[in-house]
Parts: sequence; C-alpha cells; structure tokens
Amino acid sequence: MTAMVGPTQGPEPHQEPGRDDDPQGREPGHGFGSDATELRRLHPVTPFLKGWKFVAVLVAIVGQQSFRGTTLRVLVAELAGVLVFGLVLGACSWWFTKYRIEGEDLRVDSGILFRRSRRVRIDRLQAVDIVRPVVARLLGVAELRLEVAGGAQTEAPLAYLSEHHAQRLRAELLARAAGLAADTPEAPERQLVAVPPSTLLASTIISAPFLVAALGFVVVAVTTSFVQQIAGVALLVPWALGGVGVVWRQFVSEYGFSVSESPDGLRIRKGLLDTWAQTVPPGRVQAVEIEQQLLWRPKGWVKLTVNVAGYAGRNTEGPTSSTLLPVAPWPVARALLQRVLPDVDVDRVPRVSAPRRARWLRPIGWRFLRYGSDEKVFVSEVGWLTRRIAVVPHAKMQSVRITQGPLQRALRLATVHVDTPVGPVDAVALHRSSDEARHIAEAQAELARHARKLAGPERWMRPPDSP
Amino acid sequence: MDSLFAPPGQRWQTVSPQLRALRRLILSVVLGVVGPLSAVLAGVLVAWWLAVVVLAVAVVVFAWGWWLIDRNWRSWGYAERGDDLLVTHGVLFRRLVVVPYGRMQFVDVTAGPLERRFGIAKVQLHTATPATEADIPGLTAAEAAGLRDRLAALGEARAAGL
Repeated sequence: MTAMVGPTQGPEPHQEPGRDDDPQGREPGHGFGSDATELRRLHPVTPFLKGWKFVAVLVAIVGQQSFRGTTLRVLVAELAGVLVFGLVLGACSWWFTKYRIEGEDLRVDSGILFRRSRRVRIDRLQAVDIVRPVVARLLGVAELRLEVAGGAQTEAPLAYLSEHHAQRLRAELLARAAGLAADTPEAPERQLVAVPPSTLLASTIISAPFLVAALGFVVVAVTTSFVQQIAGVALLVPWALGGVGVVWRQFVSEYGFSVSESPDGLRIRKGLLDTWAQTVPPGRVQAVEIEQQLLWRPKGWVKLTVNVAGYAGRNTEGPTSSTLLPVAPWPVARALLQRVLPDVDVDRVPRVSAPRRARWLRPIGWRFLRYGSDEKVFVSEVGWLTRRIAVVPHAKMQSVRITQGPLQRALRLATVHVDTPVGPVDAVALHRSSDEARHIAEAQAELARHARKLAGPERWMRPPDSP
Repeated sequence: MDSLFAPPGQRWQTVSPQLRALRRLILSVVLGVVGPLSAVLAGVLVAWWLAVVVLAVAVVVFAWGWWLIDRNWRSWGYAERGDDLLVTHGVLFRRLVVVPYGRMQFVDVTAGPLERRFGIAKVQLHTATPATEADIPGLTAAEAAGLRDRLAALGEARAAGL
C-alpha cells in the first residue's frame, strides 16, 4: 500500500491508540516530539550547512567573473552579498520548517512562500536512515531520512538534527511503527557481518569497472611510449585519476560496512567520511540479488543488493542505499540472507535450466539461465561473466507477467517476469519454453496468494489480530 | 493457438468495438488530411506522377493501418478470476499480466474528449510497481465503472501490506 503522503486539511483530532504496555507507566504517547509537545525546529546550524552548498556554487560563478577583470573590491563585495543572501534564505527556510509526531503521523511543515504540510504515516515506513555528511559530523548534527513507498525521492528528510535528537527520533519512529509505546528505548542490536577494509579494497580492485580502466591505462601507456611522450601523458593522468577515483569512491562510501540485527530490523552502517546508518524494519525487503563477478569467483565473494520500496527512484544515492552487503564470502552472505528472508535457503531451491533452443537468442548465456521456486521464494539466475541470482519471496510479488517477442515465438520461448517494487533487483525467468511459461506464471500467482495470507503484520511487534 | 496466452475460462472478455472505430476514425482523418496535402505539394513542386505515387502510398498505408488496428483491437482481452485479474495484449510482442487484487494500490478510469464521444474509457490498475502495466483501454463507460468498482471492492477485501 502506498503511504499516505501529501498536504493535509487542517489539524486532525488526536488519535491515541491505547498503549497499556507502557513499561514506565507514564502517560501514553509522551515520547520525544509527540503530540503534547510544540512543533519542533531543526538544529540551528542548518542554514549554515545548507547554505554552504549554495554559496559554493555562487563562488564559482563569481570566480569566473573575476577572470573578466573585475576589481578585487567588487569581487569581495559580491561574495559578501551572496553569502548574506544565502544565509538569510537558509535562516528563513529553517525558521519555517517544523516537525512533530501527531498521532499516527509524522508532520513536517516547510516552505517560505509556498507552505507545505506533509504527514507521513509512521506504520508505512519502509526504512529510516541517519545520514551524516562529513561537515555535519564535525558539527555534531545528522540528517534523518524517512523512506516511504511511492515517493520519487526521500519524502521526509529532516536535515539537520542534533545527533542525539536524530537517534531518539529514529528510536521513537521505529517503536511506533512496530506498534510499541513511543518511549520504548532503542532496541539492542547484534552485529551479523562486518566487511574488513582489506576485503573491500581488494574486491573493488578486482571488479570490472576498475579492471577496464586499468587495462585501458596499460594500453594507452604502451602505445604512447612508442609514439610521443607529451600527448600520452596528457591522456594518462586523467585516466589514472579516473581509475583511482572509482576505487576511492567505492572504498570511502562502503568503508566499515556492517550489518546488525535488532528487533527494529536490519541496521546497516557504512562510510568513512560521510556516514550512513540505515534501518530497514523486518518484512520491508522486497527482493534480494546475489551478484558474483567473474574475478570474485576464486575467492567465493558475492555482493547482495535489495529492493526496498522506499529506496526506489532515487538517483543520487540510489545504488548505494540498496546495497545490503558490498562483498563477503558466500557462507557469510548466505547466513545474512537467512536473517533477511527467514526459512529460506537459496541453495536448496531446485532450479530448472532454460531449454537448449534458447542458445539462438543467448549463444553463451543460455546455459546459465535458470529459475526455481519453492514454497517460500522465487529464484532466477542469469549471466555467465557476472552471475546474478534474484530472490523474491512469494509474499512480496506484485504481479506476474509473461512476455513473448516475435523471435521468441518462432523458437517457442517466452519470458516470465515476477514484478516487485522498483529497485535494482529484477526477477526474470528468461526464455522458458512457451508450454512451461504459463504454468510458471499460474503457479507463481497461486504461491503468492497463499504466501500473502501467511504474511506477518505490518506493525511487526504486534500480534496479527490487534488493529 | 498455443496455450501460452489462452484464456483462463471459455474466452477472454473483449474490449468495445468503439475503440477500433475511434482509432480508425483518427487514422482516416490523419491520412485524409496528410495524404492529399502532400500529393498536391508533390504535384506542384515536382511532377504530377509523384502526386499519384504519394496518393497510392497513402492508400496503402491506410489499408494497412485499417487492418493493423483491427488486429491490435482483437489482441486485447481480460479476465476476472477469483483472486486476480488477467490482462493480455499485443500481436508482435505479446504479453499477459496476472495482478492479484490484494496487490492493487489504486484504480484509474480515464477518458479523453474523443473517447467520451465514443462512450469508452480506459481502466488502469496500479500496483506498487510501474512494471505491472495492467491497462485496459476501450471499455464501455458502464463496463469501466463496473470493473473499477468491482476491483476496488475486491482490492479492499484482499488487501495485503507491502
């Protein structure tokens, strides 16, 4: 179901569901930022942090103008003007941005000229992230991102809160989403996996993008040594920087990657300079992909990626926030997978290969096209250089599709897609025999129907019967 | 006829012939304007024989389009089952989508001015993923409203969390 996000029509009567299980016997719902409190503002350092990016852009423009012979005094005046303007704008935006928890919703008011009051239903939370860019870390503040399904970007970012407040608000949101009292303390967590920096670095170096860059570098270097020095060096330097950049970005963003488990869900931490702490509540993972690059095979390394409804459609950080595990040996990844999808053993799911005639469409890859299904999950395999295994729990399937192109029809083949909310994982049984495809689809619809009945409650800590 | 896109029951529910009529009208109007106009232009600017060629091409395209629209119209089909909706479509690239009612997020009924004139509407079923593509065009207004209400009721009854 799509989360309720949008403008509201005036204040709603406060709904206070009974919380008899309040451990400290306090008034229900009097947690941090709850109904009784005022609308809260973000941390006062916000305009400086946000204005900084704005100013940086304008400094560049002013810098360009200085080449056109503006005097130093004018330049300084311009810079000061821009700085003041940016800060005033940031301060106004800060002043008008307020939030609080109202009943079942988080309310965020913002906007200077065009006011917006947005309510996010807490029980529809798909993930809660605390993001701390490096500057924010120095100042002790953090951004809290609430991810809900159906949004094109992060629908309710709260940037910036003090670190302490961000953590408490996250704990409260998760407690409420789970159906517990608002002031339930943050759930204890247990670390499941930590990726050592050496493994991360090694895996990045033997990954395809870096190797292609390195190979290109060698080719260019050899060629130029025969031809002409100067032109070659001009080419080599940016090339080398680009290659190092790939490794560096990957390494910095996924440094110290760890996955922990708590009753709130999975907690993913990563980052050397900008740090991320993602929390994905139980049952919010829609699909998982196991990816193995060619050169990772001797080590048995795999990468795990997930579809979480809230992370969809995000362009800037899209791929990074969908990573469940950047690199780990298969037994470790498999153990983690069993935590994410309980009672599922991907290795045990029986697979069926694509028919031999699929080789006309995939001359080499046809051997690696497989699909399988048991009572819990649908599994599809594709790829011969980089192997990708997509795993979709039946309960998470949105729809099942059969498609058939003209070439496929001539070969009596068809493709079955198992649709999940948008994300990097794509579960497709490619090039199945057309007699089989309809059976796959029908069986899948039936399995999904059955699985939905047994699915857990959306508020994961509440028994299924209670509202 | 292979069993891959066979209907679940006796036959597929078809869409209104008005959809075919509407598309043919659009085809006729477009070619009726573009054909003679380009023929005249060709005749004036180049030679009279080119005008004849252009007209001949327009007639061929018209006949081909007439036939294509029929084929495309025939390919549409849907079926309401106990727990899911099936929609099939396509001639060259065929597809069949099975959408469980419980996965439905919302249903749209849309009709443009021309469609309203022809008394037809399009029903669109949305799940949590845009990949689903369960649209049924060219239902009569009553059929569309009925289907929408049935789908909404079934969706409510069988709703499942994300």
